[in-house]
Amino acid sequence: MTRRCEETIVRIYPDDEMKTPMHMSMGQEAVAVGVCRALGNNGDVVASYRSHATYLAQTEDHGSFFGELHGRVNGTADGKSGSMHLADIPKGMLGSTGIVAAGIPVAVGAAFANKQNSPGRIAAAFFGDGATDEGVFWESLNVSCAMGLPMMFVCEDNDLAVHTRKSHRQGFNSLVEVVKKYRCSVYEDDTNDVESIYAMTRSAIAQIIAMGTPAFLNVKTYRYLEPCGTTMDSDAPYRRAEEDAYWKGRDCVALQRARLLANGLAEKDVVAVENEINAAILASVAAAKAAAHPTPQQLYYGVFYEAP
Amino acid sequence: MRRLSFAEAIRECLFQEMERDPSVIVYGIGVPDFKGIFGTTVGLGEKFGPQRCFDTPLSEDIMTGFALGAALKGLRPVHIHIRTDFLLLAMNQLVNMISCHNYMTGGHTPVPIVIRAIIGRGWGQGAQHSKSLFNYFTHIPGLKVVAPATPRDGKGLLAAAIRDNNPVVFLEHRWLHWIEDDVPEESYETPIGVAQTLREGSDLTIVATSWMVIEAVHAAKILAGVGINVEVIDPRTLAPMDMAPIIASVKKTGRLLIADYDWLNSGLSAEIAADVGVACFGRLKQPIERVGFAPTPCPTVRTLENHFYPNAETIVRMAEKMLQRAPMDLSGVDFFSHERRFRGPL
Ligand SMILES: Cc1ncc(C[n+]2csc(CCOP(=O)(O)OP(=O)(O)O)c2C)c(N)n1
Repeated sequence: MTRRCEETIVRIYPDDEMKTPMHMSMGQEAVAVGVCRALGNNGDVVASYRSHATYLAQTEDHGSFFGELHGRVNGTADGKSGSMHLADIPKGMLGSTGIVAAGIPVAVGAAFANKQNSPGRIAAAFFGDGATDEGVFWESLNVSCAMGLPMMFVCEDNDLAVHTRKSHRQGFNSLVEVVKKYRCSVYEDDTNDVESIYAMTRSAIAQIIAMGTPAFLNVKTYRYLEPCGTTMDSDAPYRRAEEDAYWKGRDCVALQRARLLANGLAEKDVVAVENEINAAILASVAAAKAAAHPTPQQLYYGVFYEAP
Repeated sequence: MRRLSFAEAIRECLFQEMERDPSVIVYGIGVPDFKGIFGTTVGLGEKFGPQRCFDTPLSEDIMTGFALGAALKGLRPVHIHIRTDFLLLAMNQLVNMISCHNYMTGGHTPVPIVIRAIIGRGWGQGAQHSKSLFNYFTHIPGLKVVAPATPRDGKGLLAAAIRDNNPVVFLEHRWLHWIEDDVPEESYETPIGVAQTLREGSDLTIVATSWMVIEAVHAAKILAGVGINVEVIDPRTLAPMDMAPIIASVKKTGRLLIADYDWLNSGLSAEIAADVGVACFGRLKQPIERVGFAPTPCPTVRTLENHFYPNAETIVRMAEKMLQRAPMDLSGVDFFSHERRFRGPL
């Protein structure tokens, strides 16, 4: 569903009706889907600006998603948030932030509150490998380990921060080895396979609950499109052809589709589900286009809290 | 003379300053990459090598304190942020360390640091990628704050900032990068702390900052069509502010409109108004007026964004109000937008 939503964005973005910068998840969806499915209804998540997959996996709501991207009143925030700040707090999607790493401490605070008020509920921060350059990442890791919080760090490791690779940014060889020195459990995955990420997250959750300490998940993955925008930039100077081919050869959606068929599902049944998803997405896009634009007065609403 | 875009003028200045003075270093997230901060740093890395032009980890805080250490040991760092919002992560180093270091060490310590940051409206940039925060910086003693609005001033003021022995925050609006103007080829300095009068007029003084300079000149042209003569002053430097020409102008026109590219609340515009209120007490024919951002976070959606940002129309309407004129018909006027770029010269 996430992939189809983003394919739809790629197709209709040139119509220029969604005037919001797009940081696309395409290629990386298995991380959000695997982790959010494993959390089930018992997790709170905070995403980076690369928020589409996390938002869709956590809320399964492409209606408000397309409403927001179109800047209409049926969006998550009447168009005020656009693509970068998607949130649905009742569904445990606490927010998405355009400031790299700034959402991580928010998840730590949620973990603290959950520990007191919702035992068994886990807070997860999604962030890129670039975010681990920021001081607040290390402070968040330290605080959660020192306080023993039910917190899950999910590093979506695509090796890139915009166009700069980890090797140019990091003065150590392995983030995972460094994090292992903290009082938390550390997991790694490089399969881009949603079921493997799901299983790993289930173990991490069990460990968080059993030990009362955080977990750190380093999930290797690959971003297909440009850092911000909807075009495939395979020819850009920072790309490497072999790497591109390797990851596109283990596309997470293709892997899962092949698995379903191998497990005995008929092609026509898979196609039927895909068609159903596509039709629902098209209905969401149509609903967004039909929804009203916010009125000028709406600019002034919401600066301070108002009772719903 | 050649025409250069604002972005090209900035880039030329960086090349010339790095050539002139081997102690100048230029760095920041994405600085040497092929997109080079809206094109303003493209080629610097290739020309001057990784010792003098480099990318950094995503670590604004440390890389700001780093500038202070490097400056104390004889380098002249230029640290670049692709959005001013990201500079908030470095406020501790900027405000607690850099701004007062010279003062705390007796007044004779050169602290030659330039912090370049891109401000303002892009295209649906929303609440975390669009701030100006002029007053965050102008509030702090020990920081100079520069916000040029033309390619010529961009080049000259950046050179002056790099050669200055004090920390200078250099704020440039994204849309200015497209503007083209005559820019001298040779290296030159535009003095920090000197305002420029862009248009003379007798009915109303408009003081405008950064992108609002473009909008104010546009508004002045529209108002001239109905016989209203507007004087437009671009302070160019926001701290220290060159108040003398502003005060002289208001004494002449008796009316002041401040068009700030920022929120009004506790802002730079209030500071200018306060100074003019003191200096021109009894000479004002009208209360001082201000236009700026709506008092809300910046929304992403275009329809609301258009109401959030002031433009030439906002200025025209306020000028009409101040001069007790009926609102004119602006239906045929094209205002600047992301799609309808102003390319200059003014
Ligand atoms: C504090 C801050 N600094 C810089 C930026 C500009 N910026 C936006 S995305 C990005 C790269 C982030 O890389 P990573 O965390 O690995 O996430 P990815 O884009 O790969 O998902 C940078 C430097 C920012 N948004 N916030």
